[in-house]
Amino acid sequence: MAQTLESPRPAAPVRNFQINFGPQHPAAHGVLRLVLELNGEVVERVDPHIGLLHRGTEKLIEAKTYLQAVPYFDRLDYCAPMNQEHAYCLAVERLLGIEVPKRAQLIRVLYSEIGRLLSHLLNVTTFAMDVGALTPPLWGFEAREKLMMFYERASGSRMHAAYFRPGGVHQDLPKKLVEDIGTFCATFPNLLDDLDNLVTGNRIFKQRTVDIGVVSLQDAMAWGFSGVMVRGSGAAWDLRRSQPYECYSELDFDIPIGKHGDCYDRYVVRMEEMRQSNKIMIQCVERLLKEEGPAHSLDHKVTPPKRGEMKRSMEALIHHFKLYTEGFHVPEGDVYAAVEAPKGEFGVYLVADGTNKPYRCKIRAPGFAHLQAMDFLCRGHMLADVSAVLGSLDIVFGEVDR
Amino acid sequence: MDETLKDLAVHISGVLGTAVRGSKIAYGELTLDVERADIVKVATFLRDDPSCLFTTIIDVCGADYPAREARFEVVYHLLSMKQNLRIRLKVEVDEVSTVPSICSVFVGANWFEREAYDMYGILFTGHPELRRLLTDYGFDGHPLRKDFPLTGFVEVRYDEEAKRVIYEPVRLAQEFRNFDFLSPWEGVEYVLPGDEKASGQPAAPKAG
Repeated sequence: MAQTLESPRPAAPVRNFQINFGPQHPAAHGVLRLVLELNGEVVERVDPHIGLLHRGTEKLIEAKTYLQAVPYFDRLDYCAPMNQEHAYCLAVERLLGIEVPKRAQLIRVLYSEIGRLLSHLLNVTTFAMDVGALTPPLWGFEAREKLMMFYERASGSRMHAAYFRPGGVHQDLPKKLVEDIGTFCATFPNLLDDLDNLVTGNRIFKQRTVDIGVVSLQDAMAWGFSGVMVRGSGAAWDLRRSQPYECYSELDFDIPIGKHGDCYDRYVVRMEEMRQSNKIMIQCVERLLKEEGPAHSLDHKVTPPKRGEMKRSMEALIHHFKLYTEGFHVPEGDVYAAVEAPKGEFGVYLVADGTNKPYRCKIRAPGFAHLQAMDFLCRGHMLADVSAVLGSLDIVFGEVDR
Repeated sequence: MDETLKDLAVHISGVLGTAVRGSKIAYGELTLDVERADIVKVATFLRDDPSCLFTTIIDVCGADYPAREARFEVVYHLLSMKQNLRIRLKVEVDEVSTVPSICSVFVGANWFEREAYDMYGILFTGHPELRRLLTDYGFDGHPLRKDFPLTGFVEVRYDEEAKRVIYEPVRLAQEFRNFDFLSPWEGVEYVLPGDEKASGQPAAPKAG
């Protein structure tokens, strides 16, 4: 090379870079492929490619009976399985016009809040990991393990529960389990305090999240955001309060909101929501220990009879047989039922045509609407902020891809 | 609740006139049938009118009714946080006609319309980038149509010789079992093997 130290080096041609973020990347929270266009380190354009986990859930549900469709909902947002089942059960119950007994409602609320803890614990701690902390996930997952044990003791499965059924829940909870959940609730705030001490005031965490990915309330609405994404931007909008379902209207809890709509506010809102969930769980446990009653509707055209009853009653045996072969028929009509899932509004638009199978079941996943705003949220931010924004959106690919 | 919805339906159809073909209240939900060409006008009105303020887009999805003249239905769900109300809009469209995109009214409709295009082949005009979203790169067909088989047409596997993933036509070891639950006791003709001999005619094997 004739080039010497003194001679000026040829100017490097300036051009934009296109890089692939994922599909296999620890901060992509699953199988997300982001095509990023970078100018230096500044993100110019984000094009998320999704569908790598698409399993055709909606098509499969159209080929199954109403009861057989329940387990598919566990496999959507696998961080909070029962919350999804809840939306589907509410939709079916509204079409059928059946009442859910109070005890079943309490159990559903209890387990929905356990689901919220599961999901928020995962999100908050892995969010901290996305921006550089390693300890929080180790602490959070210990509590998640205990919560999954409660899932297992109620349904027989740690994650894919299929516990909420149209008409109620599958089986009643044993007394010991309810008491154990009460014991857990008494000590759980300590863990939240520990996490608070570790993360909330942490300088590095704040530097990475404050004023990153700011969403104004107006934008949040136009993009179809829900859940923490609107509450972080300052709207006290929570379906548990504004359009109450089950017995949420009888329970006492607060709705935390953020002020700035940035990643840090969303983190803080999630932390406070866990405390509120804990409060709801304590109320449910107290009432479940006092109040007795059936754990599912006694309309045996929809819910199966008890096994003991089947041994004695011909009628019960026929009901059992018909329910598990043909399934129940749902009258014609269409409904949209939504619940406040941990990630936002999870809705099911169900069209029934009078047969034993759903004609159309559209699943409205909150993460889907959040992820499509990635371009809007990340434009002009640095490359490192992409993983911070993604972490604060709380994306789980099971529900985005369906 | 129903009273509020009734008033709202009267108000909307009063202002928009022929753009709204009809309204229905069922299960505490208001559904409007909207003229296809007017969907952008209706969506804009619902977003901006002070007594509606449906500022949040919840969902846009397709549905397939092959028996109808216009085969597809596009269903929009909107939410008003101010009024605490929901509304559903329905637009009918066939395979070749197009629906005006509402991306200009709600930016969040973008992916939902792409999904409807991907799953049903419903075409939206004025959409910034109407390409496939959930299905595989280079996928052929629209999987949620009722005439698309549940098993699909192709399957993939890793080929050891070619050292890459290859596509092959689906081969089913066992036929997908489709039970007829609509009339389990009467009205179905189950052809049992050997039955055709009873009628005295030479066997004409029937599919079944």
